[in-house]
Amino acid sequence: MTEELKPAKPVLHLDRVSRVHGHGAAEVHALRAVDLKVYPGELVAVMGPSGSGKSTLLTLAGGLDTPSEGQVLVEGIALGELDRKKLAAVRRRSVGYVFQDYNLIPALTAAENIALPRELDGVSARAARKEALAALEELGIAELADRFPDDMSGGQQQRVAIARALIGQRRLVLADEPTGALDSTTGESVLAVLRARCDAGAAAMMVTHEARHAAWADRVVFLRDGRLVDETARQDAGSLLVTAAANARKDDDR
Amino acid sequence: MSIRHGLLALLDQGPRYGYQLRSEFEARTGATWPLNVGQVYTTLGRLERDGLVESAGEDDEGHQFYAVTDEGRSELRRWFDTPVPRTNPPRDELAIKLAMAVTVPGVDVAAVVQGQRRHSMKALQDYTRLKGRALAADTGTGGDLAWLLVLEQLIFQTEAEIRWLDHCESRLGQHAERQAAAAAEPVAAPPARRAVKSRDRGRL
Repeated sequence: MTEELKPAKPVLHLDRVSRVHGHGAAEVHALRAVDLKVYPGELVAVMGPSGSGKSTLLTLAGGLDTPSEGQVLVEGIALGELDRKKLAAVRRRSVGYVFQDYNLIPALTAAENIALPRELDGVSARAARKEALAALEELGIAELADRFPDDMSGGQQQRVAIARALIGQRRLVLADEPTGALDSTTGESVLAVLRARCDAGAAAMMVTHEARHAAWADRVVFLRDGRLVDETARQDAGSLLVTAAANARKDDDR
Repeated sequence: MSIRHGLLALLDQGPRYGYQLRSEFEARTGATWPLNVGQVYTTLGRLERDGLVESAGEDDEGHQFYAVTDEGRSELRRWFDTPVPRTNPPRDELAIKLAMAVTVPGVDVAAVVQGQRRHSMKALQDYTRLKGRALAADTGTGGDLAWLLVLEQLIFQTEAEIRWLDHCESRLGQHAERQAAAAAEPVAAPPARRAVKSRDRGRL
Protein backbone atom coordinates (compact mmCIF):
# COMPACT_ATOMS: atom_id res chain seq x y z
CA MET A 1 0.00 0.00 0.00
CA THR A 2 1.48 3.35 -0.93
CA GLU A 3 1.63 6.25 1.46
CA GLU A 4 -1.01 8.42 -0.18
CA LEU A 5 -3.52 5.58 -0.26
CA LYS A 6 -3.27 5.03 3.48
CA PRO A 7 -6.50 6.05 5.16
CA ALA A 8 -6.04 8.26 8.17
CA LYS A 9 -7.31 5.72 10.66
CA PRO A 10 -5.33 2.63 11.58
CA VAL A 11 -7.26 -0.48 12.64
CA LEU A 12 -4.63 -1.15 15.27
CA HIS A 13 -2.55 1.48 16.97
CA LEU A 14 0.04 0.63 19.61
CA ASP A 15 0.77 4.02 21.10
CA ARG A 16 4.17 4.00 22.84
CA VAL A 17 3.39 0.72 24.53
CA SER A 18 5.65 -0.74 27.20
CA ARG A 19 5.25 -3.89 29.23
CA VAL A 20 7.28 -4.73 32.29
CA HIS A 21 7.04 -8.13 33.98
CA GLY A 22 8.09 -8.56 37.62
CA HIS A 23 9.47 -6.00 40.05
CA GLY A 24 12.78 -4.66 41.27
CA ALA A 25 15.77 -6.83 40.46
CA ALA A 26 13.59 -9.40 38.64
CA GLU A 27 12.14 -6.71 36.38
CA VAL A 28 12.03 -7.69 32.71
CA HIS A 29 11.21 -5.13 30.05
CA ALA A 30 9.30 -7.22 27.53
CA LEU A 31 8.41 -4.18 25.40
CA ARG A 32 9.86 -0.69 25.43
CA ALA A 33 7.84 2.19 23.99
CA VAL A 34 6.69 0.40 20.87
CA ASP A 35 4.84 2.54 18.34
CA LEU A 36 3.08 0.67 15.59
CA LYS A 37 0.07 1.29 13.36
CA VAL A 38 -1.61 -1.30 11.17
CA TYR A 39 -3.91 0.05 8.46
CA PRO A 40 -6.88 -1.51 6.67
CA GLY A 41 -5.67 -3.84 3.93
CA GLU A 42 -2.30 -4.30 5.54
CA LEU A 43 -0.62 -7.50 6.64
CA VAL A 44 2.24 -6.89 9.03
CA ALA A 45 4.69 -9.59 10.08
CA VAL A 46 6.61 -9.37 13.34
CA MET A 47 9.99 -11.08 13.46
CA GLY A 48 12.62 -11.32 16.14
CA PRO A 49 14.53 -13.83 18.24
CA SER A 50 12.76 -15.57 21.11
CA GLY A 51 12.47 -13.27 24.06
CA SER A 52 12.37 -10.18 21.87
CA GLY A 53 8.74 -9.44 22.83
CA LYS A 54 6.87 -10.71 19.76
CA SER A 55 4.20 -12.62 21.64
CA THR A 56 3.81 -9.89 24.26
CA LEU A 57 3.19 -7.44 21.43
CA LEU A 58 0.45 -9.65 20.07
CA THR A 59 -1.29 -10.30 23.41
CA LEU A 60 -1.34 -6.56 24.11
CA ALA A 61 -2.76 -5.85 20.65
CA GLY A 62 -5.49 -8.42 21.28
CA GLY A 63 -6.43 -7.01 24.69
CA LEU A 64 -5.31 -10.21 26.42
CA ASP A 65 -2.79 -8.28 28.49
CA THR A 66 -2.51 -4.66 29.60
CA PRO A 67 0.45 -2.42 28.88
CA SER A 68 2.48 -0.98 31.78
CA GLU A 69 2.64 2.28 29.84
CA GLY A 70 1.08 3.60 26.65
CA GLN A 71 -2.19 2.49 25.14
CA VAL A 72 -3.64 0.10 22.59
CA LEU A 73 -6.35 1.34 20.23
CA VAL A 74 -8.44 -0.97 18.08
CA GLU A 75 -10.52 0.90 15.49
CA GLY A 76 -9.87 4.04 17.49
CA ILE A 77 -11.12 2.58 20.78
CA ALA A 78 -8.63 2.63 23.65
CA LEU A 79 -8.84 -0.87 25.12
CA GLY A 80 -7.57 0.32 28.52
CA GLU A 81 -10.66 2.47 29.02
CA LEU A 82 -13.13 -0.37 28.56
CA ASP A 83 -14.64 -2.44 31.35
CA ARG A 84 -14.31 -6.20 31.19
CA LYS A 85 -17.60 -6.76 29.39
CA LYS A 86 -17.04 -4.13 26.71
CA LEU A 87 -13.49 -5.33 26.17
CA ALA A 88 -14.79 -8.87 25.63
CA ALA A 89 -17.28 -7.55 23.07
CA VAL A 90 -14.59 -5.64 21.14
CA ARG A 91 -12.36 -8.68 21.17
CA ARG A 92 -15.18 -10.89 19.93
CA ARG A 93 -16.44 -8.59 17.18
CA SER A 94 -13.34 -6.80 15.94
CA VAL A 95 -10.44 -9.08 16.72
CA GLY A 96 -9.71 -12.58 15.46
CA TYR A 97 -6.91 -14.18 17.44
CA VAL A 98 -4.98 -17.27 16.43
CA PHE A 99 -3.22 -18.70 19.47
CA GLN A 100 0.06 -20.51 19.10
CA ASP A 101 -1.41 -23.48 20.98
CA TYR A 102 -4.78 -23.14 19.15
CA ASN A 103 -6.97 -22.92 22.34
CA LEU A 104 -9.83 -24.95 20.89
CA ILE A 105 -12.54 -26.09 23.29
CA PRO A 106 -12.16 -29.88 23.56
CA ALA A 107 -15.87 -30.55 24.16
CA LEU A 108 -16.95 -28.77 20.96
CA THR A 109 -16.60 -29.94 17.36
CA ALA A 110 -14.59 -27.91 14.85
CA ALA A 111 -17.73 -26.24 13.49
CA GLU A 112 -19.00 -25.49 17.02
CA ASN A 113 -15.66 -24.02 18.04
CA ILE A 114 -15.72 -21.72 15.04
CA ALA A 115 -19.40 -20.77 15.42
CA LEU A 116 -19.14 -20.00 19.14
CA PRO A 117 -17.98 -16.36 18.93
CA ARG A 118 -20.78 -15.62 16.43
CA GLU A 119 -23.42 -17.21 18.66
CA LEU A 120 -22.12 -15.23 21.64
CA ASP A 121 -22.62 -12.20 19.44
CA GLY A 122 -26.31 -13.01 19.00
CA VAL A 123 -26.19 -14.70 15.60
CA SER A 124 -28.62 -17.61 15.39
CA ALA A 125 -27.12 -21.07 15.80
CA ARG A 126 -28.10 -22.02 12.27
CA ALA A 127 -26.58 -18.92 10.68
CA ALA A 128 -23.44 -19.26 12.81
CA ARG A 129 -23.00 -22.87 11.69
CA LYS A 130 -23.39 -21.83 8.09
CA GLU A 131 -20.65 -19.24 8.51
CA ALA A 132 -18.47 -21.79 10.29
CA LEU A 133 -18.84 -24.26 7.42
CA ALA A 134 -17.92 -21.55 4.93
CA ALA A 135 -14.82 -20.71 6.96
CA LEU A 136 -13.81 -24.39 7.07
CA GLU A 137 -14.33 -24.57 3.33
CA GLU A 138 -12.12 -21.52 2.78
CA LEU A 139 -9.30 -23.26 4.63
CA GLY A 140 -9.79 -26.49 2.73
CA ILE A 141 -10.90 -28.56 5.73
CA ALA A 142 -14.67 -28.83 5.24
CA GLU A 143 -14.49 -32.53 6.14
CA LEU A 144 -13.41 -31.72 9.70
CA ALA A 145 -16.66 -29.92 10.63
CA ASP A 146 -17.96 -32.53 13.04
CA ARG A 147 -14.66 -33.76 14.44
CA PHE A 148 -13.49 -32.98 17.98
CA PRO A 149 -10.09 -31.37 18.58
CA ASP A 150 -8.70 -34.57 20.13
CA ASP A 151 -9.37 -36.42 16.88
CA MET A 152 -7.42 -33.93 14.79
CA SER A 153 -3.73 -33.53 14.03
CA GLY A 154 -1.91 -30.41 15.19
CA GLY A 155 -2.01 -28.99 11.69
CA GLN A 156 -5.77 -29.59 11.44
CA GLN A 157 -6.37 -27.93 14.81
CA GLN A 158 -4.29 -25.00 13.70
CA ARG A 159 -6.42 -24.50 10.61
CA VAL A 160 -9.61 -24.73 12.69
CA ALA A 161 -8.17 -22.07 15.01
CA ILE A 162 -7.50 -19.87 11.97
CA ALA A 163 -11.03 -20.39 10.66
CA ARG A 164 -12.34 -19.32 14.08
CA ALA A 165 -10.27 -16.14 13.92
CA LEU A 166 -11.48 -15.28 10.42
CA ILE A 167 -15.21 -15.83 10.97
CA GLY A 168 -17.46 -12.76 10.94
CA GLN A 169 -16.29 -9.50 9.47
CA ARG A 170 -13.46 -8.99 11.91
CA ARG A 171 -11.36 -5.98 11.05
CA LEU A 172 -8.25 -7.15 12.84
CA VAL A 173 -6.67 -10.59 12.73
CA LEU A 174 -3.81 -11.37 15.12
CA ALA A 175 -1.90 -14.60 14.65
CA ASP A 176 0.90 -16.15 16.68
CA GLU A 177 2.97 -18.46 14.45
CA PRO A 178 -0.12 -19.38 12.39
CA THR A 179 1.79 -21.85 10.22
CA GLY A 180 3.86 -23.48 12.93
CA ALA A 181 2.29 -26.94 12.69
CA LEU A 182 1.75 -26.93 8.93
CA ASP A 183 3.81 -28.36 6.11
CA SER A 184 5.23 -26.01 3.52
CA THR A 185 2.38 -26.00 0.99
CA THR A 186 -0.45 -26.08 3.58
CA GLY A 187 1.21 -23.21 5.43
CA GLU A 188 1.31 -21.34 2.19
CA SER A 189 -2.40 -21.84 1.51
CA VAL A 190 -3.20 -20.51 5.00
CA LEU A 191 -1.09 -17.43 4.30
CA ALA A 192 -2.88 -17.00 1.00
CA VAL A 193 -6.20 -16.95 2.91
CA LEU A 194 -4.84 -14.38 5.34
CA ARG A 195 -3.44 -12.34 2.46
CA ALA A 196 -6.80 -12.42 0.66
CA ARG A 197 -8.55 -11.29 3.83
CA CYS A 198 -6.24 -8.28 4.02
CA ASP A 199 -6.62 -7.55 0.31
CA ALA A 200 -10.35 -7.41 1.05
CA GLY A 201 -9.77 -4.70 3.64
CA ALA A 202 -8.95 -6.36 6.97
CA ALA A 203 -5.79 -5.60 8.92
CA ALA A 204 -3.62 -8.37 10.25
CA MET A 205 -0.51 -8.80 12.31
CA MET A 206 1.27 -12.11 12.58
CA VAL A 207 4.23 -13.24 14.58
CA THR A 208 6.52 -15.63 12.75
CA HIS A 209 10.12 -16.73 12.86
CA GLU A 210 10.03 -17.92 9.26
CA ALA A 211 11.18 -15.32 6.77
CA ARG A 212 9.48 -17.18 3.93
CA HIS A 213 6.14 -16.69 5.65
CA ALA A 214 6.83 -13.13 6.76
CA ALA A 215 7.44 -12.35 3.10
CA TRP A 216 3.68 -12.54 2.46
CA ALA A 217 3.31 -9.37 4.50
CA ASP A 218 3.22 -5.79 3.27
CA ARG A 219 5.55 -4.79 6.08
CA VAL A 220 7.95 -6.75 8.21
CA VAL A 221 8.93 -5.27 11.57
CA PHE A 222 11.90 -6.52 13.56
CA LEU A 223 11.90 -6.65 17.36
CA ARG A 224 15.05 -6.81 19.50
CA ASP A 225 14.93 -6.74 23.30
CA GLY A 226 11.46 -5.23 23.31
CA ARG A 227 12.18 -2.49 20.80
CA LEU A 228 11.17 -2.10 17.18
CA VAL A 229 14.56 -1.81 15.52
CA ASP A 230 13.79 -1.92 11.84
CA GLU A 231 11.11 -2.50 9.25
CA THR A 232 10.80 -3.19 5.56
CA ALA A 233 8.12 -2.10 3.19
CA ARG A 234 7.28 -4.20 0.19
CA GLN A 235 8.70 -2.86 -3.03
CA ASP A 236 6.97 -2.89 -6.31
CA ALA A 237 6.77 -6.50 -7.42
CA GLY A 238 9.54 -7.63 -9.66
CA SER A 239 11.62 -4.52 -9.20
CA LEU A 240 14.70 -6.56 -8.26
CA LEU A 241 14.34 -8.98 -11.12
CA VAL A 242 13.55 -6.25 -13.59
CA THR A 243 16.62 -4.34 -12.46
CA ALA A 244 18.73 -7.47 -12.75
CA ALA A 245 17.43 -8.06 -16.25
CA ALA A 246 18.16 -4.49 -17.30
CA ASN A 247 21.70 -4.67 -15.88
CA ALA A 248 22.45 -7.92 -17.64
CA ARG A 249 21.31 -6.47 -20.95
CA LYS A 250 23.69 -3.58 -20.44
CA ASP A 251 26.86 -5.60 -19.86
CA ASP A 252 26.74 -7.46 -23.15
CA ASP A 253 29.00 -10.36 -24.11
CA ARG A 254 30.48 -11.85 -21.01
CA MET B 1 25.73 -21.45 -15.03
CA SER B 2 24.98 -23.95 -17.74
CA ILE B 3 23.63 -21.96 -20.65
CA ARG B 4 25.12 -24.69 -22.84
CA HIS B 5 22.87 -27.35 -21.41
CA GLY B 6 19.90 -25.03 -21.27
CA LEU B 7 20.21 -24.41 -25.00
CA LEU B 8 20.71 -28.11 -25.72
CA ALA B 9 17.50 -28.87 -23.77
CA LEU B 10 15.57 -26.34 -25.87
CA LEU B 11 17.06 -27.62 -29.14
CA ASP B 12 16.12 -31.15 -28.12
CA GLN B 13 12.53 -30.08 -28.85
CA GLY B 14 13.35 -29.12 -32.44
CA PRO B 15 15.56 -26.73 -34.45
CA ARG B 16 15.52 -23.09 -33.36
CA TYR B 17 17.35 -19.84 -34.08
CA GLY B 18 19.14 -17.50 -31.66
CA TYR B 19 16.39 -15.04 -30.69
CA GLN B 20 13.95 -17.88 -30.28
CA LEU B 21 16.33 -19.66 -27.91
CA ARG B 22 16.80 -16.56 -25.85
CA SER B 23 13.10 -15.88 -25.41
CA GLU B 24 12.32 -19.52 -24.61
CA PHE B 25 15.14 -19.67 -22.07
CA GLU B 26 13.80 -16.55 -20.37
CA ALA B 27 10.20 -17.72 -20.46
CA ARG B 28 11.23 -20.76 -18.43
CA THR B 29 13.39 -18.92 -15.94
CA GLY B 30 11.71 -15.52 -15.80
CA ALA B 31 14.14 -12.66 -16.10
CA THR B 32 16.23 -14.32 -13.40
CA TRP B 33 19.22 -15.09 -15.60
CA PRO B 34 18.69 -12.87 -18.62
CA LEU B 35 20.63 -13.77 -21.73
CA ASN B 36 21.76 -11.43 -24.40
CA VAL B 37 21.73 -12.61 -27.96
CA GLY B 38 25.51 -12.32 -28.24
CA GLN B 39 25.84 -14.85 -25.43
CA VAL B 40 23.44 -17.19 -27.21
CA TYR B 41 25.38 -17.08 -30.47
CA THR B 42 28.77 -17.46 -28.75
CA THR B 43 27.45 -20.55 -26.95
CA LEU B 44 25.93 -21.94 -30.15
CA GLY B 45 29.30 -21.47 -31.85
CA ARG B 46 31.05 -23.49 -29.14
CA LEU B 47 28.39 -26.19 -29.20
CA GLU B 48 28.84 -26.47 -32.97
CA ARG B 49 32.62 -26.61 -32.61
CA ASP B 50 32.21 -29.46 -30.10
CA GLY B 51 29.84 -31.34 -32.42
CA LEU B 52 26.83 -31.07 -30.10
CA VAL B 53 24.72 -28.97 -32.46
CA GLU B 54 24.77 -28.44 -36.21
CA SER B 55 23.54 -25.82 -38.57
CA ALA B 56 20.04 -26.58 -39.90
CA GLY B 57 19.72 -24.00 -42.65
CA GLU B 58 18.02 -20.62 -42.89
CA ASP B 59 14.40 -19.61 -43.28
CA ASP B 60 13.09 -16.98 -45.71
CA GLU B 61 13.80 -14.23 -43.22
CA GLY B 62 17.44 -15.24 -42.94
CA HIS B 63 17.20 -16.82 -39.45
CA GLN B 64 20.02 -19.29 -38.96
CA PHE B 65 18.56 -22.48 -37.42
CA TYR B 66 20.43 -24.94 -35.25
CA ALA B 67 19.63 -28.59 -34.45
CA VAL B 68 20.94 -30.90 -31.76
CA THR B 69 23.18 -33.80 -32.89
CA ASP B 70 23.13 -37.35 -31.46
CA GLU B 71 26.22 -36.47 -29.50
CA GLY B 72 24.42 -33.39 -28.19
CA ARG B 73 21.48 -35.55 -27.10
CA SER B 74 23.68 -37.88 -25.09
CA GLU B 75 25.45 -34.90 -23.52
CA LEU B 76 22.05 -33.55 -22.47
CA ARG B 77 21.04 -36.95 -21.05
CA ARG B 78 24.29 -37.12 -19.11
CA TRP B 79 23.60 -33.64 -17.67
CA PHE B 80 20.16 -34.66 -16.43
CA ASP B 81 21.55 -37.90 -14.97
CA THR B 82 24.41 -36.26 -13.05
CA PRO B 83 23.91 -34.22 -9.88
CA VAL B 84 25.10 -30.64 -9.92
CA PRO B 85 28.41 -30.76 -8.00
CA ARG B 86 28.46 -29.17 -4.55
CA THR B 87 32.23 -29.21 -4.31
CA ASN B 88 33.97 -25.87 -4.78
CA PRO B 89 31.13 -23.75 -3.32
CA PRO B 90 30.49 -20.60 -5.33
CA ARG B 91 32.10 -17.50 -3.89
CA ASP B 92 29.63 -15.76 -1.61
CA GLU B 93 30.18 -12.06 -1.20
CA LEU B 94 28.09 -11.83 1.97
CA ALA B 95 30.02 -14.62 3.72
CA ILE B 96 33.29 -12.98 2.75
CA LYS B 97 32.01 -9.60 3.94
CA LEU B 98 31.01 -10.95 7.37
CA ALA B 99 34.23 -12.92 7.73
CA MET B 100 36.08 -9.67 7.15
CA ALA B 101 33.72 -7.59 9.30
CA VAL B 102 34.32 -9.69 12.44
CA THR B 103 38.08 -9.32 12.08
CA VAL B 104 38.37 -5.68 11.04
CA PRO B 105 38.26 -3.32 14.05
CA GLY B 106 35.67 -0.57 14.03
CA VAL B 107 33.08 -2.34 11.86
CA ASP B 108 29.58 -2.48 13.38
CA VAL B 109 28.91 -6.12 12.51
CA ALA B 110 25.38 -6.05 13.95
CA ALA B 111 24.55 -3.17 11.62
CA VAL B 112 25.99 -5.07 8.66
CA VAL B 113 23.82 -8.06 9.58
CA GLN B 114 20.65 -6.01 10.06
CA GLY B 115 21.22 -3.98 6.91
CA GLN B 116 21.57 -7.15 4.89
CA ARG B 117 18.58 -8.77 6.56
CA ARG B 118 16.39 -5.79 5.69
CA HIS B 119 17.57 -5.92 2.10
CA SER B 120 17.11 -9.68 1.77
CA MET B 121 13.70 -9.53 3.44
CA LYS B 122 12.60 -6.97 0.85
CA ALA B 123 13.83 -9.24 -1.91
CA LEU B 124 11.94 -12.12 -0.33
CA GLN B 125 8.77 -10.02 -0.23
CA ASP B 126 9.23 -9.23 -3.92
CA TYR B 127 9.77 -12.85 -4.88
CA THR B 128 6.74 -13.87 -2.85
CA ARG B 129 4.57 -11.35 -4.60
CA LEU B 130 5.80 -12.59 -7.99
CA LYS B 131 5.03 -16.10 -6.85
CA GLY B 132 1.50 -15.09 -5.88
CA ARG B 133 1.05 -13.78 -9.40
CA ALA B 134 2.61 -16.87 -10.95
CA LEU B 135 0.25 -19.07 -8.93
CA ALA B 136 -2.75 -16.99 -9.97
CA ALA B 137 -1.70 -17.13 -13.63
CA ASP B 138 -0.94 -20.86 -13.61
CA THR B 139 -2.70 -22.24 -16.62
CA GLY B 140 -1.20 -25.67 -16.30
CA THR B 141 1.42 -25.30 -19.00
CA GLY B 142 4.98 -26.44 -18.37
CA GLY B 143 6.41 -22.94 -18.80
CA ASP B 144 4.49 -21.60 -15.79
CA LEU B 145 5.66 -24.50 -13.67
CA ALA B 146 9.29 -23.95 -14.70
CA TRP B 147 9.12 -20.27 -13.73
CA LEU B 148 7.39 -21.12 -10.44
CA LEU B 149 10.14 -23.60 -9.53
CA VAL B 150 12.86 -21.06 -10.32
CA LEU B 151 11.07 -18.44 -8.22
CA GLU B 152 10.72 -20.83 -5.33
CA GLN B 153 14.40 -21.64 -5.54
CA LEU B 154 15.10 -17.93 -5.10
CA ILE B 155 12.66 -17.83 -2.20
CA PHE B 156 14.23 -20.74 -0.37
CA GLN B 157 17.74 -19.44 -1.01
CA THR B 158 16.87 -15.99 0.32
CA GLU B 159 15.13 -17.52 3.32
CA ALA B 160 18.24 -19.58 4.04
CA GLU B 161 20.33 -16.43 3.92
CA ILE B 162 18.03 -14.65 6.37
CA ARG B 163 18.08 -17.63 8.73
CA TRP B 164 21.83 -17.68 8.53
CA LEU B 165 21.90 -13.95 9.35
CA ASP B 166 19.66 -14.59 12.38
CA HIS B 167 22.10 -17.26 13.43
CA CYS B 168 25.08 -14.94 12.91
CA GLU B 169 23.41 -12.45 15.19
CA SER B 170 22.93 -14.91 18.03
CA ARG B 171 26.43 -16.27 17.47
CA LEU B 172 27.80 -12.74 17.78
CA GLY B 173 25.77 -12.21 20.97
CA GLN B 174 27.10 -15.42 22.46
CA HIS B 175 30.63 -14.50 21.52
CA ALA B 176 30.28 -11.06 23.13
CA GLU B 177 28.92 -12.63 26.34
CA ARG B 178 31.83 -15.05 26.49
CA GLN B 179 34.28 -12.27 25.90
CA ALA B 180 32.74 -10.22 28.70
CA ALA B 181 32.77 -13.23 31.04
CA ALA B 182 36.37 -14.01 30.18
CA ALA B 183 37.35 -10.41 30.84
CA ALA B 184 35.60 -10.41 34.24
CA GLU B 185 36.75 -13.83 35.39
CA PRO B 186 39.60 -15.12 33.28
CA VAL B 187 39.39 -18.77 34.38
CA ALA B 188 35.83 -19.48 35.63
CA ALA B 189 32.94 -20.56 33.41
CA PRO B 190 30.07 -18.06 32.90
CA PRO B 191 27.92 -17.85 36.06
CA ALA B 192 24.91 -20.18 36.14
CA ARG B 193 22.42 -17.44 37.08
CA ARG B 194 22.85 -15.79 33.76
CA ALA B 195 22.00 -18.95 31.88
CA VAL B 196 18.76 -19.41 33.84
CA LYS B 197 17.71 -15.85 33.22
CA SER B 198 18.18 -16.01 29.48
CA ARG B 199 16.23 -19.25 29.35
CA ASP B 200 13.33 -17.63 31.20
CA ARG B 201 13.36 -14.69 28.87
CA GLY B 202 13.02 -17.07 25.97
CA ARG B 203 9.60 -18.06 27.30
CA LEU B 204 8.19 -14.56 27.34
